[in-house]
Amino acid sequence: MNQIPALIRVFAYLSLLTVGGGMAAFPELEILTVNVHHWLTFPQLIHLYSVGQMAPGPNMMMIVSIGEWAGGVTGAVVVLIAFFLPTALLTFVIGRLWSRLEKWPWRASIQRGLASVSIGLLLAGCFTMARGAVTGLVTALIAIVVFTILLRSRINPALLVLGGALIGLLAFGGD
Amino acid sequence: MNNTPNDTSRSDVTLGEIFRAFLLIGATSFGGGVVAYLRSSLVTKHGWLDDEKFVELLSISQTLPGLNATNMAVLVGDRLRGGPGAIAAVCGVCLPGALLMYAVGIVYHVHGDRPLVTAMLHGVAAAAVGLILATTVQLGRRSLQHIYDLIFVALAVIGVNRLHLSVPYVLLGVGALAIFWYRPRGGEKEGLGR
Repeated sequence: MNQIPALIRVFAYLSLLTVGGGMAAFPELEILTVNVHHWLTFPQLIHLYSVGQMAPGPNMMMIVSIGEWAGGVTGAVVVLIAFFLPTALLTFVIGRLWSRLEKWPWRASIQRGLASVSIGLLLAGCFTMARGAVTGLVTALIAIVVFTILLRSRINPALLVLGGALIGLLAFGGD
Repeated sequence: MNNTPNDTSRSDVTLGEIFRAFLLIGATSFGGGVVAYLRSSLVTKHGWLDDEKFVELLSISQTLPGLNATNMAVLVGDRLRGGPGAIAAVCGVCLPGALLMYAVGIVYHVHGDRPLVTAMLHGVAAAAVGLILATTVQLGRRSLQHIYDLIFVALAVIGVNRLHLSVPYVLLGVGALAIFWYRPRGGEKEGLGR
């Protein structure tokens, strides 16, 4: 079945939810790509999303992988355009209006209001992902240790994620 | 500098230079901290923006939907060379990661269910949770100013994770509530709490 129209709809919709960051859209990403369209399983989504965190550039490039699975090269390209075009256009237009909105008193209200909601949505996305990624004592320890180290030092996170891979290999590779 | 605040358009910067600068950011910013890479390239290396402008554009990027990296690319590209500059910047910053994840997707599709790969990815996913949580907490420390903000954070989390409301309803509902809470008061700046 041709998945291209569905890919466009889903990723254009998801892009509008990424207020504050890509993670804000994660709960809807799970529902639409896993439960509704069955492009991949929840564990696969979590794996791709995690690997995508290490990739350079915008941290949602794993959507390209989903597009490729569902629709080949066309799917990958279509997903990219659907995901980035709507918000790019919006940012382009608002970016030009922004300085003119300086005198508009609601501008500061919107910024402050959305700042708190976006943190909440990012956390919610994070908890949704943790539900699939943190499955026992070892994974919980990995998450806590990475979290603590990152808040206390300036180490490159990619190294810690690689460390997680190594511990995963040692802990789960035997069975 | 003779740049006026509203006209930072720089006709001396070519589209090729914009594309190459963002391509380099898109290819080297491993580990998620893309904002730091943007700053060191755009402010320090190229001098296309000063620090104040960078922070202002970043705050627009964070308020609007869209990822910080691409929103920044749009805003900076537009300021340097208008619409074509924005397109050059977005393409540059997206291209390396997109190609990489295209390849990763194919490899993972073929080898993803091997036990050793699954074991590694199990660890990677757990580490990524810690990474994303840390990034969110750091962002929160910077952008949340008041104890009331935490109420809206909690409402959004409860709405999505406990009540299983879909994200757009929570965004619009809690968003409207929070914006109303910080509504303009008495003509002066935003209300300083109550």
